[in-house]
Amino acid sequence: MERSSVTRKTGFWEVVKSLLSGLQLTWRHFRNADKRRAPVPVMDDNYFNQPEGLVTLTYPYEAIPVPENGRYRLHNEIDDCIVCDLCAKICPVNCITIESVKATEEIGMTSDGTKKRLYAPVFDIDMAKCCYCGLCTTVCPTDCLTMTPVYDFAEVDIKNMIYHFTDLTPEKAEEKKQLLAKQQEEMAAAKAAALAARKQQG
Amino acid sequence: MLAFLLTLMLLLGIVIVLAYAERKVAAFMQDRMGPTEAGPFGSLQSVLDVLKLLQKEDIVPAAADQKLFKLAPILIFAAVFAGFAVIPFTPDLIPAGIGIGVFYLLAIISLDVVGLLMAGWGSNNKYAMLGAMRSVAQIVSYEIPAGLAILSVVMICQSLDFQEISYQQGILLNRFPGLEFETNWLFGIEALGINTTNIGGITTWNIFRAPILLVAFVIYFIASLAESNRAPFDIPEAESELVAGFHVEYSGFRFAVLFLAEYSMMVLVSLVAVILFLGSWNTPLPNLTALKFANWTTGTVGELSGILWGGFWLLSKTFVLLFLQLQIRWTYPRLRVDQLMHLCWKVLTPVALGIVLLAGIWRLLMV
Repeated sequence: MERSSVTRKTGFWEVVKSLLSGLQLTWRHFRNADKRRAPVPVMDDNYFNQPEGLVTLTYPYEAIPVPENGRYRLHNEIDDCIVCDLCAKICPVNCITIESVKATEEIGMTSDGTKKRLYAPVFDIDMAKCCYCGLCTTVCPTDCLTMTPVYDFAEVDIKNMIYHFTDLTPEKAEEKKQLLAKQQEEMAAAKAAALAARKQQG
Repeated sequence: MLAFLLTLMLLLGIVIVLAYAERKVAAFMQDRMGPTEAGPFGSLQSVLDVLKLLQKEDIVPAAADQKLFKLAPILIFAAVFAGFAVIPFTPDLIPAGIGIGVFYLLAIISLDVVGLLMAGWGSNNKYAMLGAMRSVAQIVSYEIPAGLAILSVVMICQSLDFQEISYQQGILLNRFPGLEFETNWLFGIEALGINTTNIGGITTWNIFRAPILLVAFVIYFIASLAESNRAPFDIPEAESELVAGFHVEYSGFRFAVLFLAEYSMMVLVSLVAVILFLGSWNTPLPNLTALKFANWTTGTVGELSGILWGGFWLLSKTFVLLFLQLQIRWTYPRLRVDQLMHLCWKVLTPVALGIVLLAGIWRLLMV
């Protein structure tokens, strides 16, 4: 087949023809301006099959839905979290900071029936550092750490990129720490007393 | 004074619409959306742009030639705006109905070049200087084919009066003082024996009255694109190489005036094209035996209907040409300087000279 686009065409009428075909092209696009690209997700069969019409999506008002298994902003459902620290350990960029305080008694149950024995006075995820690898969500034993479809969370102040997931106020956390210290003191005292009693007997 | 104000208001209105249309048309041709936020469908965008420009600081560069720099935008706009003085908007509405309108128009819009050079030189900036030089070279060159194309119309019409040229292109021919006993013949050839004086419509437009003027129209249209620095002849303000050409140093109100002058120039050249070639304010619909389309869509001269129909036809034809200018901008790539000069001096000027000769012969057939 001869490649007609490559062969050089000259002459007045050829030039006129090419000028007109140019105008025809822009006119065709102008005429199709009443059609719009539909905001369908990439999984849709028609995603690559929308050759006509305006391609712009007016973003804040409409957006292409993200895939369900997409990796975007992290969310921790703190009620289900057993503060096992696995996510902080696996994180390749160290963006998760967890402090834990042992509870004096059993706190409750997660939704999958695991017992909770630790408080988390600090559970911070620095989304500015996060590399969206998703490893933390894989290791999470109670599936409380998940990735949400939210991707538009830019901030003016970078401090706001640190997300705090703890449900304890600083005062509450201090109280729990003191409770634990008190319990440990009591236990130590009881132990000491028991030891002393055994020595006396022995 | 009233004519001045009315024309200025009309012009501002058209320019606002045009600036909005430019952005929307550009967007649609590139499969984008254009302005959407300001007002319904972004229709207030250009108004807001103007308001924004008026609030901006009026910066005069320290090294600029103060007087030239400050005067240039006013001179450029005044030159273009003065051209509107002789444009007949309706059969009996013309800001200044002088007998040598065509000559005056060509003379006054040539002043534009002086202002451009003042702006480019006064800015003391290499891009502005290059832009102004290119602009002047281009406008001065393209005035020749444009002038020759207009000359061929003047030869066919035997008049330098825009209003007389307008009356000749429609059913109102005999209403113009001095043309009471004139007749329009099909294609202007009396020997064919088809009298189109009362048919009017498109058959009496200049491009139909003397089909040779169709070529003159194309030449004029190409030259007018170059005169208003529009793509594909926008090398004076080639964004990609000269930033913005001669107005690169301007800001605030002065920039707004330059912008206005540029769009006014587009409107003016389109108006002149419509008046000289496309039947001016005359309706395109001819009288067909019992169906008097031309009479119905002309109105009564001197009454409101005449003014409304005349203004409607003139402006709608102008907007068609303006749309074509926009479409051409988004279709064709920019010409190189040498290609530009080649087109002007080696193609358009010789062809236009030939047209002038043929127009003279055609005129002999018409009487």
